[in-house]
Amino acid sequence: MAGEPAKTGNHGGIARAPAAGERIADRLFRGGTRVLTWLVVLLSAYIVWEIGGSALPAIREYGLGFLIGTEWDPNAGKFGVLPQIWGTVYSSFLALLMAGTVGLVIAIFLTQGFLPAKLETAFRSIVELLAAVPSVVYGLWGIHVVIPLLRPAADWLHAELGWVPFFGTTLSGPGMFPAALVLAIMVLPTVAAISQDALRAVPHKMREAVYGMGATRWQAILKVIVPAASSSIFGAMVLGLGRALGETMALAMLVGNSNQITLSLFSPANTLAASLALNFPEAGVVEAGALMYAALVLLAITLIVNVIGASIVARSTRRLEGQA
Amino acid sequence: MSRLTALLALALCIAACGDAADKTRLTGSGASFPYPIYATWFKAYGKANPDVLINYQAKGSGAGIRDLINGTVDFAGSDAAMSDAEIAELEGGVVMIPITAGKIVIAYNLPGVDAPLRLGREVYPRIFLGEIRRWNDPAIAKDNPNARLPDLPITVVRRADSSGTTYAFTNHLSSASALWQRGPGRGKTVPWPNNDKIIAAPKNDGVTATILQTPGAVGYVEYGYAKFGQLPMAMLENRAGQFVLPGAESGRAALENAAVPDDLRVWIPDPANDGAYPIVTYTWLLLRQQNPDTGVAAALRRLVADCLTSGQTAAVDLGYLPLPDAVVERSLSALDRVR
Repeated sequence: MAGEPAKTGNHGGIARAPAAGERIADRLFRGGTRVLTWLVVLLSAYIVWEIGGSALPAIREYGLGFLIGTEWDPNAGKFGVLPQIWGTVYSSFLALLMAGTVGLVIAIFLTQGFLPAKLETAFRSIVELLAAVPSVVYGLWGIHVVIPLLRPAADWLHAELGWVPFFGTTLSGPGMFPAALVLAIMVLPTVAAISQDALRAVPHKMREAVYGMGATRWQAILKVIVPAASSSIFGAMVLGLGRALGETMALAMLVGNSNQITLSLFSPANTLAASLALNFPEAGVVEAGALMYAALVLLAITLIVNVIGASIVARSTRRLEGQA
Repeated sequence: MSRLTALLALALCIAACGDAADKTRLTGSGASFPYPIYATWFKAYGKANPDVLINYQAKGSGAGIRDLINGTVDFAGSDAAMSDAEIAELEGGVVMIPITAGKIVIAYNLPGVDAPLRLGREVYPRIFLGEIRRWNDPAIAKDNPNARLPDLPITVVRRADSSGTTYAFTNHLSSASALWQRGPGRGKTVPWPNNDKIIAAPKNDGVTATILQTPGAVGYVEYGYAKFGQLPMAMLENRAGQFVLPGAESGRAALENAAVPDDLRVWIPDPANDGAYPIVTYTWLLLRQQNPDTGVAAALRRLVADCLTSGQTAAVDLGYLPLPDAVVERSLSALDRVR
């Protein structure tokens, strides 16, 4: 309200036809946004086209057998990515399971008035700082710190609960669980930051109304505030999953890069992104084509996960936010 | 007026900075296995010859060969020389110069075992095949009667990326063991057996770090990485039936008297000499026979001749092997073909 008189004073009222300059600026802006939007779409399409083009010989050669093959042997010309697909999806879901739980809890803790405002900001920055650590550093930290820390626990689990498929093998060092754990830490800032924004965006009136009805803090958070923010929180999870699917260097160092399909958390495995990064520099023409095909598969998995994620978001939003 | 002088100063600065264009630039890319010694050589050469700028990127042998074929570099480094198919692709022909040699060692992490482990010719191929799976296996114990071998599973650490180190290692295993030859065979990547005790790590340093952190691990790395990572290295049984520790002497013994073909692609998959360490490999610098720029060709000839002669003394300190005199001579005469 305060700003309005100054505005009208200069221009002599807002009820006038736009000047030529304004019209041009308006048109330029509209055109600009349109061009930039299309550029992003075209860029994605171009990337897919380019990868698809390089992958085409491999697609013709190996067909759908590529997706269910389990061998990767450039010397014999045998290529299959089922173990990599399994490893990519398995590690990402494990990471999301951990990062999602911890991220949401952190978000609740940092937004629902448990801490003084100054501490909240400090904690928030610390969590976001995790996003600035380079992937290679996470990988080295995983090898030198995480794996030795996990070893006693893993050995105990295997000895006591070896009949459970998840603990079916001993931990050799690099493997699925250390990789997923480090991946979870890498995804955590994304999930935590977006969830915090979502929880902050819940209208203050809603919270006051809940407390006004005599709800405890516990009830208010779990029954009203988190469900109200659920669509954005799910969005955060989907973004985190996307990041986990494509993560390369830390996984290449920690996952063990062995083409195996197993439920065991301590067994080495492989992921699409890691095998792309490791094999591409020395790949010959045939293998490079197969790797491009694998890249296309990774794109497809990311797309499918995002579509499924979006539909889950849409459905649960309707249920949790109480819209018809 | 002061603005004019500022402008003049700026122009002068640009002219001075542009002076770098008068220097001869040599760009190379390729193998990472010899990178430490290349870095030492090129730095020393650059200091002694300020008119030459050398830039080498350790991207991997395959990438270096591709760059040379595509014409984006003046020279390439490769641990596997060049295949005939690759040579056919390179316009103007190639000169392959063996420039230094190295040892590949079997390093391990065995708590409680102090004396170097002795691994027989029948034993280490079977370890890497995943057939011998525990350290106290009688096959290992037989050659190590005094060692208290722990009852630990053997974790084999291999290279995850395609590499010249893997090529040299599997080339040796294929020559030494029929079992290996029938199984994974030789190559920059090979189809390793899949089991949960064979794990892969990227690059020499990744393998070294993984062995360091995993009790019961065994893997193959370039000698320098094991030496500077302070990993114990196994004594291997050579073709003459002796158990030999990797070192400058045993490495030199392996290189001696090897037949050198005309194209200088010398492979010594299983040296028969007395006291020879069994796993050694040359690494090559690849040069074009016909260079588009005669200045570049002349600079390359000078640089490589320098590495072949005075550079060889640096090899031992860095864990590499100096070339035998016969190979140096042949390489120097091959260098004359670079135009």
